[in-house]
Amino acid sequence: MYFECSVSAQTAAIPSKREVELIMKKTRKLLIAAGLLASAAASQAAGTLIYCSESSPSGFDPAQYLSGADFDASAETVFNRLVEFERGSTKVIPGLAESWTISPDNKVYTFKLRRGVKFHSNESFTPARDFNADDVLFTFQRMLDKNHPFRKAYPTEFPYFTDMGLDGNISKVEKLDPQTVRFTLKNVDAAFIQNLAMSFASIQSAEYAGQLLKSGKPSDLNQKPIGTGPFVFKRYQKDAQIRYAGNKQYWKPADVKLDNLVFAIVTDPSVRAQKLKKGECQVTVYPRPADLPSIKADPKINVISKPGFNLGYVAYNVKKPQLAKLEVRQALDMAINKDAILSAVYQGAGQKADNALPPTQWSYNKAIKSSAYDPAKAKALLAKAGYPSGFEMTLWAMPVQRPYNPNAKLMAEMMQADYAKIGVKAKIVTYEWGEYMKRAMKGEHDAILIGWTGDNGDPDNWMNNLYGCDSVSGSNYSKWCYKPFDDLVQKAKVTTNVAERSKLYAKAQEILKSQVPITPIAHSTINQPVRKNVESFKVSPFGLNAFYGVGVK
Amino acid sequence: MFTFILRRLGLLIPTFFGITLLTFGLIRMIPGDPVEVMMGERSLDPQMHAEALHRLGLDKPLYAQYFDYLGNLFQGNLGESLVTRESVWTEFTTLFPATLELALCAMLFACVLGLLAGVLAAIKRGSLFDHGVMGLALTGFSMPIFWWGLVLIMFFSVTLGWTPVSGRLDLMFDIPPDTGFMLIDAWRAEAADPEYNAGAFKDALMHLILPSIVLGTIPLAVIARMTRSSMLEVMQEDYVRTARAKGLSPARVIFVHTLRNALIPVLTVMGLQVGVLMGGAVLTETIFSWPGIGKWLIDAIGRRDYPIVQNGILIVATLVILTNFVVDILYGIANPRIRHAK
Repeated sequence: MYFECSVSAQTAAIPSKREVELIMKKTRKLLIAAGLLASAAASQAAGTLIYCSESSPSGFDPAQYLSGADFDASAETVFNRLVEFERGSTKVIPGLAESWTISPDNKVYTFKLRRGVKFHSNESFTPARDFNADDVLFTFQRMLDKNHPFRKAYPTEFPYFTDMGLDGNISKVEKLDPQTVRFTLKNVDAAFIQNLAMSFASIQSAEYAGQLLKSGKPSDLNQKPIGTGPFVFKRYQKDAQIRYAGNKQYWKPADVKLDNLVFAIVTDPSVRAQKLKKGECQVTVYPRPADLPSIKADPKINVISKPGFNLGYVAYNVKKPQLAKLEVRQALDMAINKDAILSAVYQGAGQKADNALPPTQWSYNKAIKSSAYDPAKAKALLAKAGYPSGFEMTLWAMPVQRPYNPNAKLMAEMMQADYAKIGVKAKIVTYEWGEYMKRAMKGEHDAILIGWTGDNGDPDNWMNNLYGCDSVSGSNYSKWCYKPFDDLVQKAKVTTNVAERSKLYAKAQEILKSQVPITPIAHSTINQPVRKNVESFKVSPFGLNAFYGVGVK
Repeated sequence: MFTFILRRLGLLIPTFFGITLLTFGLIRMIPGDPVEVMMGERSLDPQMHAEALHRLGLDKPLYAQYFDYLGNLFQGNLGESLVTRESVWTEFTTLFPATLELALCAMLFACVLGLLAGVLAAIKRGSLFDHGVMGLALTGFSMPIFWWGLVLIMFFSVTLGWTPVSGRLDLMFDIPPDTGFMLIDAWRAEAADPEYNAGAFKDALMHLILPSIVLGTIPLAVIARMTRSSMLEVMQEDYVRTARAKGLSPARVIFVHTLRNALIPVLTVMGLQVGVLMGGAVLTETIFSWPGIGKWLIDAIGRRDYPIVQNGILIVATLVILTNFVVDILYGIANPRIRHAK
């Protein structure tokens, strides 16, 4: 099917594709007959890339979901946003908005929209017009207004939009003319532009939504996505595959180097590694550290390594009497043998963390260094705090593998042994993942292993979200609310000058270091294996997998 | 015969209720609701949480949820997935052909090899072949499916390159799932465009080999052992001795007089293996990225997708019960003593 579509969309300049494919098929048949090839998988048609993804997407409406697997399948392929992250970086570049201006009070953002951008078509929808301000309005009004007609017909929540605080902060979105949109904020948010580059802010077609509403099929928005992005959604077969065709009308033609993009859904990591080795897929989602050596040894595979935009850490619940004492936290901080953890848990695929945010985050304070491993000094500090013979506490370990911590149970066991050396008896506690998070947010733990992967490349996403007073009942797992720190972070949030913000955050990081609400353990390294015939694949710091700009030889 | 069938059917009703109660209760006993699970490390906005639970009908008391569920069930409404929002029935019918295709192939593999090995082992009782086959059967029965699958992939797919690693068809073929049975779809697509889809059927067949072996291993072992012991028992019977004494050929004695009677208990075991196959399908489908209902249910449990777990398990359980019901009836036909009991 995809083949016919691509032919119809092409001009006479490219009819050789079918011939090429037929020749390849024939060659393959000959090879199979000659016993040179065992399976039909060995030869690949030109311009088709197969990516082994880890799970079926929950749906194709990026606004409804939170996970990388969902975004890879929709936001990174089918959709665009007003502004976008540059491929492989946290830098924001223009997307569907060509340019934007910010008012002097930093509360009004005016976007000039790109002209001539076409939405995709499918069997039931053909766009009658190009992308314009109505589409931006529809996208954001649906998320903002609970009485929006589309939301009434197809009720859903927008967890990421809510989580980033946009539902409370955007006061209105207006169309000034078909190519100009204005956002007005209630409070200054220095990370606003970054937030608009995130997957959940993908621009939907108002025209398509209107048609779905009329035909009584609003849920198709989530099943048959229509966007402006580099790949056109063709077909999804649950738990098996998603097929896309390169968008021949894409507004950035150089980014579409593939005729076809196929997501092969392969849940088991060992099987993904085997498929990659055999050439049944050209790119896979990140492998387990244990599979890495054999993948690296394969001459046909390149492993692209990049420091992860993440942090695995242990948070001390300062609401608990022992951990409320600074000396105790300092003692626990220096009792952890991070080097041993790095080699056993991360198996070399990690980098020791000195600071409470990753080094690739702008505003990172390089002067801050990890406390030296010193059990003797830790013991002395404990004695000073009134616990010469230690104490008992719980140490929570995640039941699941996360990008920032491949094996929390092992990490907890190693830390338990480290703590035992200074007389602290840590009891390892774990719960099922959903329950773990629920109880952790309530603050039932003493010390807890947890972590974070950056959402939008803004320091506020780390400093305020994980350590600020606003998040004490949520993702601030230390339950630490320290005014001198919080004042700096709040001030930085409403400061738009980057140099000034950096200074504020650098100072905040010093306070964080001295107060030890957490011990940063490691940033895991992203190891992305790709076969050598894949050209210019870039690893996303956010853990996403994007295939625009990628080609196959 | 009619009362026999009615009596068997009557037994099914409490079983159905038992299953609905069990699946409804068990999935809710796992902590965390679908919204909490989706949020992961993120803080959950209480208002959004409440709205989502209300939309999903999960804010009602448990008994009300259960009666809603039963009410919908009686109207033939299996509900929709909380995550993908597709109807459970649509998702089931999309995925079930894959599981059925795999289970049928695995059963075919297990029955043919199992019967053959069992009969031969019985004939050559006490020989090296007998000990070898029974030893292998025991090993097969105790083999962890996950490990066995990976070993086969590493050896046959990666080292030798004979079979594909996973999936149902090489993704270079773009064949829409008309029937959902890949062998049929691939065959039809190849017939429709022999040049463009050349080799599709063979490719689909190659993809079936390893998963069928993995899924069929345990039933194969059970069938082989059962056939052997049942054969040995029947071979002691007077009528077999009589048949031999009449001078019938050994083949006729074995296949007509012995095997036919020895098959009755084997048939029951085969029926029971359908349940085992469904259980095994969960793991086999995960290893071989086989888009069937086993994998579907596992994902649904992880995501707390209650309607899928409840109704998916209910459908699977119904199928297993029905298969055993049919086996019971076949058994009644084969052995009149059963249907006239009581």
